[in-house]
Amino acid sequence: MTESAALELTPWELASIAAGLFAVDPAGCGGVALKAHAGPVRDRWLELLRGLLPASAPMRRLPLHIADGRLLGGLDLAATLKAGRPIAERGLLAESDGGVVVAAMAERLTPATAGRMAAVMDAHEVRLERDGLGMRLPTRFGVVALDEGVAEEEQVPHVLSDRLAFHLDLIPVSTREVAPSLWTADEVLAARQRLASVEAGDEILEALCGAAVSLGIASLRVPFLALRVARAAAALDGRDTISQEDATLAARLVLAPRATMLPAAEEENEEPQEQEPPPPEDQQQEEPSEEEHQDPADMDKPLEDRVLEAAKASLPAGLLAQLKMGAGSRSRSSTPGKAGALQQGNRRGRPVGTRRGELRAGARLNVIETLRAAAPWQPLRRAHALAEDPEGSRRGPRVHVRRDDFRITRFKQRTETTTIFAVDASGSAALHRLAEAKGAVELLLADCYVRRDSVGMIAFRGQGAELLLPPTRSLVRAKRSLAALPGGGGTPLAAAIDAVRELAESVQRRGDSPVAVFLTDGRANIARDGATGRAKATEDALAAARELAGQGVKTILVDTSPRPQRSAQELARALDAQYLPLPHADAASLSSAVQTATG
Amino acid sequence: MAFTFPFSAIVAQDEMKLALLISAIDQSIGGVLVFGDRGTGKSTTVRALAALLPPMEAVEKCPYGCAPDQPAGLCPSCQHLGEGETPKSHKVPVPVVDMPLGVTEDRVVGALDLERALTQGEKAFEPGLLARAHRGFLYIDEVNLLEDHLVDLLLDVAASGENVVEREGLSVRHPAKFVLIGSGNPEEGELRPQLLDRFGLSVEISTPEDLKTRVEVVRRRDEFEKDPEAFIARWQEHDVALRDKILAGRDLLPDVVVPDAALERAAQLCLSLGTDGLRGELTLIRAARALAAFDGDREVSDEHLKRVAPPALRHRLRRNPLDDAGSNVRVGRAIEELFGA
Repeated sequence: MTESAALELTPWELASIAAGLFAVDPAGCGGVALKAHAGPVRDRWLELLRGLLPASAPMRRLPLHIADGRLLGGLDLAATLKAGRPIAERGLLAESDGGVVVAAMAERLTPATAGRMAAVMDAHEVRLERDGLGMRLPTRFGVVALDEGVAEEEQVPHVLSDRLAFHLDLIPVSTREVAPSLWTADEVLAARQRLASVEAGDEILEALCGAAVSLGIASLRVPFLALRVARAAAALDGRDTISQEDATLAARLVLAPRATMLPAAEEENEEPQEQEPPPPEDQQQEEPSEEEHQDPADMDKPLEDRVLEAAKASLPAGLLAQLKMGAGSRSRSSTPGKAGALQQGNRRGRPVGTRRGELRAGARLNVIETLRAAAPWQPLRRAHALAEDPEGSRRGPRVHVRRDDFRITRFKQRTETTTIFAVDASGSAALHRLAEAKGAVELLLADCYVRRDSVGMIAFRGQGAELLLPPTRSLVRAKRSLAALPGGGGTPLAAAIDAVRELAESVQRRGDSPVAVFLTDGRANIARDGATGRAKATEDALAAARELAGQGVKTILVDTSPRPQRSAQELARALDAQYLPLPHADAASLSSAVQTATG
Repeated sequence: MAFTFPFSAIVAQDEMKLALLISAIDQSIGGVLVFGDRGTGKSTTVRALAALLPPMEAVEKCPYGCAPDQPAGLCPSCQHLGEGETPKSHKVPVPVVDMPLGVTEDRVVGALDLERALTQGEKAFEPGLLARAHRGFLYIDEVNLLEDHLVDLLLDVAASGENVVEREGLSVRHPAKFVLIGSGNPEEGELRPQLLDRFGLSVEISTPEDLKTRVEVVRRRDEFEKDPEAFIARWQEHDVALRDKILAGRDLLPDVVVPDAALERAAQLCLSLGTDGLRGELTLIRAARALAAFDGDREVSDEHLKRVAPPALRHRLRRNPLDDAGSNVRVGRAIEELFGA
């Protein structure tokens, strides 16, 4: 396997290596976050993984909207009724012991489900406290999180992805590149046995931890996962100590995809490093000795440098640009979670008790309550049944449940409001407007956590609109994302309205109700295609506004110009928006205006 | 059997460890909230506490684990005992009850015992997690993701120290005094202010910056995963020493004197920070006293106050979202002004 590390690896090869390592130690590595479209490449990768795992290891698919009862375990209805006492049913996580859980559409997993999975992964056991049952079921499994996210705010929940060693991207892989596995199932099996005896030297530990620091990876779980991966690599190669190559490979696979900063200035310095047997990617190594960002401790550690180099060499292109946008990319999404609130509809929210009811489509039978309702009548019904049919009752059910006993759970769910601020960051008043909008966002957040509403922010200037703050409830995150706000340039109003519409759509898809707040004077001068010119720009903006209005999004337009502007009033009409002239819009009056408007 | 990482083997994170230890010495301080980034060992530390705590005396067969020497707090089942009768008791580990995210309401408060109801037609109460946590700790990981109706429920019980169940024709009340421990990542959502206020101490943790510490964390974790039994055995001695220190602290606690000067200092500190209500002051004094007991000191000094002021007050400052200075900085500044640098 070290041979392969020495070569320039294609994404498929990398993914193939990851599959092998993951198969050696599924629970130890945590799992794989697999970014890929549904299709043959992803299927082939999953098949390859299946082939490497022992035949006895379960590989279970976790559907997106799995109920807690199936995930963690719960009451087995049929068995309970038959036996006349509560019979527990093991959940999917407990059933996957020793194998792999494949989570479909993991980018839309709710944070709650992801949190439950993470807790089970940490404790290596399912702690069940539901439906009148309390049990602990040991289980160790790895997770493959299939991520089909396209938009940036669609990501695997962090609480889960942080525990998955491998973050792979199969999107650029074409079917032609797909190759068979580098290992056989027997080799993996041998490696599994060897795993426990693989030793890790101190310098390996230091190198991995140091490289993680240099790449701006805060979580200590990450270097630990890298160590597990390096150990699996050594075991797979039939060695009892972790070599430098194992460490560099682990850095590439585990550390690089998580980098939030570059260890050193980007400079193409072709000077090769010291020539040790198969140094990975020697050809394209960059001189790592630019000290600016580096820990002083890093400097005289060739191994760590090489580990870092390996990680750096496999940083995805364009990451720098992403990193420049700030910590954003790392913390972008805790929201993906609320995905599917619509479908869950009446299954979620605060249960407001149960009521007697018919079993209809959509109604959720509360088994426990039903049994409890039936319980007091059991002796009577048994006696009754016996009197009616002395023979039949012996074969009859142990528990007599009548239609009267059915209890349906009632849920109450308030749809959440997501307020989207679209702030005109163009021209001279931009900075003031942005600062006040930021203040309003923070005030709203500070104020609305009881109501559990979220707030997002889009700024537009120059050629387009930028999502500064994806909808969040977290004040901490808002403060961080809005720390530095750029301003100046033209007014691409049409682009801004389009951006708001897209965001509002995704909010609606989640089952929440969006409220858009525009802060602008309505004087557009950049058209949709990026061309300058007031007439075309205004026309485009009004068209975009009508589209947004057609979508039924509640909109408020705050006119920030010193005197109420006709352009803004026209825009408000096209948007079907509430028009608020607030020439000296300050954070407090903004937030209170929004609160009144949203009720 | 899942093994627990030994408490004394946890590297750094001193503030969190201290907060947990002093709340183990004086349970009336009222819980610890741990907020921090992913992968900082929040859950590990709390779960390790469970293994560290010295066992307690409890009434035999009592589902609530009542203390035999405190008749006032006795549960319905122990109250039936005759006058002057001492219930049989035995040593049990202090409960540290994990409240998993997927928990349902009936398991938290307790409900009708289904099995007995179905098979014997008897109306019996099956105690829930709150009953199990009585006299111990209730740990909620990802507390900010907890569903709202469960939060409401906890707020009520944590305030009254009593769990009142009125459901399914049952009418049960039993004592439920526990130390609430919550952990979470602030980026995943805020905590309701009412719940925030229930926590006596709040700790903010981050990953250690220093490379040596980080290496040590990973190394120990790795050793533990490879051979948990041997690892636990190696740290046994340290854990025992810490346990003895907790016991000594508990014994000393009633004798620790809080001089008037310290009371005044605490009041001044709260005043200058503008904390809401008296709870902050009370917690500050109690925490300082517990810390003094833990250190083996008989009198609360400025040093104790200084050390516990940040965790006791940090989450009680009135929020001003437009003020960029974090509450940490504000507490730090106030301490500096009051006590001098």
